[in-house]
Amino acid sequence: MTVPAIRVSGVAKHFGSVCALDGVDLEIAGGEFFGLLGPNGAGKTTLISALAGLVRPDAGRLEVMGHDVQADYRGARRLLGVVPQELVFDPFFSVRETLRIQSGYFGIRGNDDWIDEILHNLDLTAKADANMRALSGGMKRRVLVAQALVHRPPVIVLDEPTAGVDVELRQGLWRFIRRLNEDGHTIVLTTHYLEEAESECARIAMMKAGRIIALDTTANLLQRFGSETLSLEEVFVRVMNA
Amino acid sequence: MIGFWTLFSKEVLRFWKVGFQTIAAPVLTAMLYLLIFAHVLEDHVRVHGLPYTAFLVPGLVMMSILQNAFANSSSSLIQSKVTGSIVFVLLPPLSYRVFWAAYVLAAVARGLVVGVGVLAVTAWFADLHFVAPGWILAFALFGGAILGTLGVVAGIWADKFDQLAAFQNFLIMPLTFLSGVFYSIHSLPAFWQQVSTYNPVFYMIDGFRYGFFGVSDVSPWTSLAVVGVCFALLAALTLALLQRGYKLRM
Ligand SMILES: Nc1ncnc2c1ncn2[C@@H]1O[C@H](COP(=O)(O)OP(=O)(O)OP(=O)(O)O)[C@@H](O)[C@H]1O
Ligand SMILES: [Mg+2]
Repeated sequence: MTVPAIRVSGVAKHFGSVCALDGVDLEIAGGEFFGLLGPNGAGKTTLISALAGLVRPDAGRLEVMGHDVQADYRGARRLLGVVPQELVFDPFFSVRETLRIQSGYFGIRGNDDWIDEILHNLDLTAKADANMRALSGGMKRRVLVAQALVHRPPVIVLDEPTAGVDVELRQGLWRFIRRLNEDGHTIVLTTHYLEEAESECARIAMMKAGRIIALDTTANLLQRFGSETLSLEEVFVRVMNA
Repeated sequence: MIGFWTLFSKEVLRFWKVGFQTIAAPVLTAMLYLLIFAHVLEDHVRVHGLPYTAFLVPGLVMMSILQNAFANSSSSLIQSKVTGSIVFVLLPPLSYRVFWAAYVLAAVARGLVVGVGVLAVTAWFADLHFVAPGWILAFALFGGAILGTLGVVAGIWADKFDQLAAFQNFLIMPLTFLSGVFYSIHSLPAFWQQVSTYNPVFYMIDGFRYGFFGVSDVSPWTSLAVVGVCFALLAALTLALLQRGYKLRM
């Protein structure tokens, strides 16, 4: 039996009286292109944060390729690349400096060839020496994606990677991510653009109020309500209101 | 090791790039203290048999080291917490020990750079000696590391800039000002002498000054012991907080 890329079992998390995760179980196999959908506040970011070790769950365990995110946090984090939802950046540095520093945090030196390739694929080459402050919102988002990839993580989690990114670049971004997936990287993404999820993801989980309420292949989800051909958006609305 | 060096050099670069504010400004402040106090007191006061200006210079140097070490780690952490860029150091496989060591050593580096700057500009005004450079270095390093660690705690604890300012104004400033930078505690009334001996910063300054002139209020060995114990306790506390992910990992 091969180790799943991600294994989540019985994970619960409260913030004060808010129950952000209410017993989540989920397994994602290596090489999957997986979508995590749900309305605002469903718990998607909290689940990703727990996987990344940014949030400590009240109960349950999480593993990245068999490495427990608490007990073996260094092993787990080396294998995981996370694109955070919030548009954050360090205003002291240029794009290239940012990516070199991020490589160093993962113990990698002399990473410029790979950095150049990422920059090229994210159409950031022209901005390599620009200060982070001088970038537009969509460009900052792309740098966030680049930062998550510096250590060539086998498991890549993208929390709304396309929010605020223009159409052309969105397509470029998906091409790049699809290629990473074809090269064997496991991709997990959240998005509120359901057409994106429908066209990119092979399997989808739908979350609501801290629980997974639907989990299936995209093809099966689309047929979930009989033979009529529904879009993923229509299925999503029906599942949420069920 | 690469992770440590990266975080350390990033933290050093961070203050170096804005050196006007992080290095030049505190050097100027120390210079102003020297000009004012030395002008007022030079002809009236001798301490430990030294001219007042000579007595004052090591105290100002050490005070600058301490305040800037604290400022470096605390402001870097609160800034990256408020902007959210702290995730970039929380996502990689950096251990909590590496995290602590990198922030504290960068704080020490800032303290030393400012300290050397203050020494370079104030040395012109006083007849300085360097009787025991080993003590100078030891207290500079320990003092910087203690305040740098305190800065890590404050930066992690504070949620907002004004909480950090309160920490700085109500704890760090009184501790450094009331530590014998500007006077020998032997010139104080007995009660305040007693109070001063509970201030760890007093030992940092007293031991540091011993390295210049070979005179001090208490033995440098006593000071080294106090400072060493303070460092060990504070480091242990801070590492425990970091290991639990206090305020960083919810
Ligand atoms: N740090 C926090 N403190 C308090 N409550 C929190 C915190 N983080 C998340 N929550 C709460 O947990 C719940 C789940 O939030 P989460 O960010 O995981 O949702 P999400 O599915 O990512 O939503 P969105 O689509 O808007 O990004 C929400 O009710 C949110 O208010
Ligand atoms: Mg979210």
